[in-house]
Amino acid sequence: MVIGVLALQGAVSEHLEMIEKCGARGIGVKRASGLTGIDGLIIPGGESTTIGRLLEEYGFFPPITEISNSGVPIFGTCTGLIVLAKRVRGKHGPILGLADIEVERNAFGRQVDSFERDIIISGIESENEPFRAVFIRAPVVLSAGPEVRVMARIDEGIIMARDRNYLVAAFHPELTPDLRVHQYFLKMVRERKEAP
Amino acid sequence: MEKGTERVKRGLAEMLKGGVIMDVTSVEQAKIAEDAGAVAVMALERVPADIRAAGGVARMADPAVIEAIMKAVTIPVMAKVRIGHFVEAQVLEALGVDFIDESEVLTPADESHHINKHAFKVPFVCGATNLGEALRRIGEGAAMIRTKGEAGTGNVVEAVRHMRAIMSEIRRLTTLPEEELMSAAKELRAPYDLVCEVAKTGKLPVVNFSAGGIATPADAALMMQLGADGVFVGSGIFKSENPAARARAIVHATTHYEDADLIAKVSRGIGEPMRGLEISEIPKEQLIQFRGW
Repeated sequence: MVIGVLALQGAVSEHLEMIEKCGARGIGVKRASGLTGIDGLIIPGGESTTIGRLLEEYGFFPPITEISNSGVPIFGTCTGLIVLAKRVRGKHGPILGLADIEVERNAFGRQVDSFERDIIISGIESENEPFRAVFIRAPVVLSAGPEVRVMARIDEGIIMARDRNYLVAAFHPELTPDLRVHQYFLKMVRERKEAP
Repeated sequence: MEKGTERVKRGLAEMLKGGVIMDVTSVEQAKIAEDAGAVAVMALERVPADIRAAGGVARMADPAVIEAIMKAVTIPVMAKVRIGHFVEAQVLEALGVDFIDESEVLTPADESHHINKHAFKVPFVCGATNLGEALRRIGEGAAMIRTKGEAGTGNVVEAVRHMRAIMSEIRRLTTLPEEELMSAAKELRAPYDLVCEVAKTGKLPVVNFSAGGIATPADAALMMQLGADGVFVGSGIFKSENPAARARAIVHATTHYEDADLIAKVSRGIGEPMRGLEISEIPKEQLIQFRGW
């Protein structure tokens, strides 16, 4: 199982380490050609205007849309969530517009308001045990389409959800040692690979 | 819910990796930087080259300048305080700045002590010329390190010297047997626990950017190939002939720092770089990198 991590900018090495710890192989993807042959794609946290712009300039939009239409699971954390969303409120850079969610950037305020807290995520292993979630200038999902499965929510809104082959998290599971969110994504990848 | 934890502070620096942080002095420049793909901007009254030329005491920027820039862009905004000037830092935290640079580019306010950065919710970046200095700053709570280089010169040689020093000292630590680490900590004048951590992991516990003298796309790629996690470009952009084109080219060269064909392509036709200064022609007492310890 090979998981590509979009490596234009941001927390790339952290995701690669998590993938290795889960027993899969991770590769950094810097070119659209690197999308060929991967079983899953992670779009990491970084600066969303920067990553959106580089995705567009390096011609990533058509091939990512293509692999996603063929069912390849795509996991977006923080910036990745913004870039995957169909709708982003306010000023923003280029987006892929794939997952049926509406998103607000920097929904919790500036860096001094960034925080970590325990959350409960439905659907992951030992789902009743809290997951330490790190929110850094984080976005929030304001609304989601009828097909979207909400996996975690806090007072301010939805912070993790799944829409078909898209998994999105407003926080950074790659910054804590807890592997459960990455394991959930790898399960999505495995299920698709093993499907007839 | 906990705000301002080590993980939250270091985490923002992780999100900036592979990116370019640009010095800006106006709303207009901040927008150019954001459009060019900067991951953050450093809000200043004057870029280092102008601070160097102006002389006198360089202080924290006017809050009005910083606030105007914070309003104009959605990317993180950083600002500088004088070394040891914890009240300037309190002011920047109150303004809601996303990152504070305790910077040798400004005139130091304290000759012996840097700011206790653990006392703040906002993360700090600090300059370093070698591993010991980097670990002292991390010990004080810095969430990010950058090479000092020699700011405002457009000459990358000092940044290269500092990055090579940090990297080779890290490599050396990883080869030492455990019983030699205390003596290494003494030589480096660095906290023992951080020395042990670096010896074990082979890297700094926080993100390490390069700064001080980067003026071209090739300079940025050079620092990345030497092991920087990203770059700060100060005077190099807005003291050049065509800032928008140069800013964009430096972003591309930082992303694809190992791709010489791409660096060649983006380096074409972007106008004259800043003039630049030969380090040996600067009187030693005017060198900025020796401020702080």
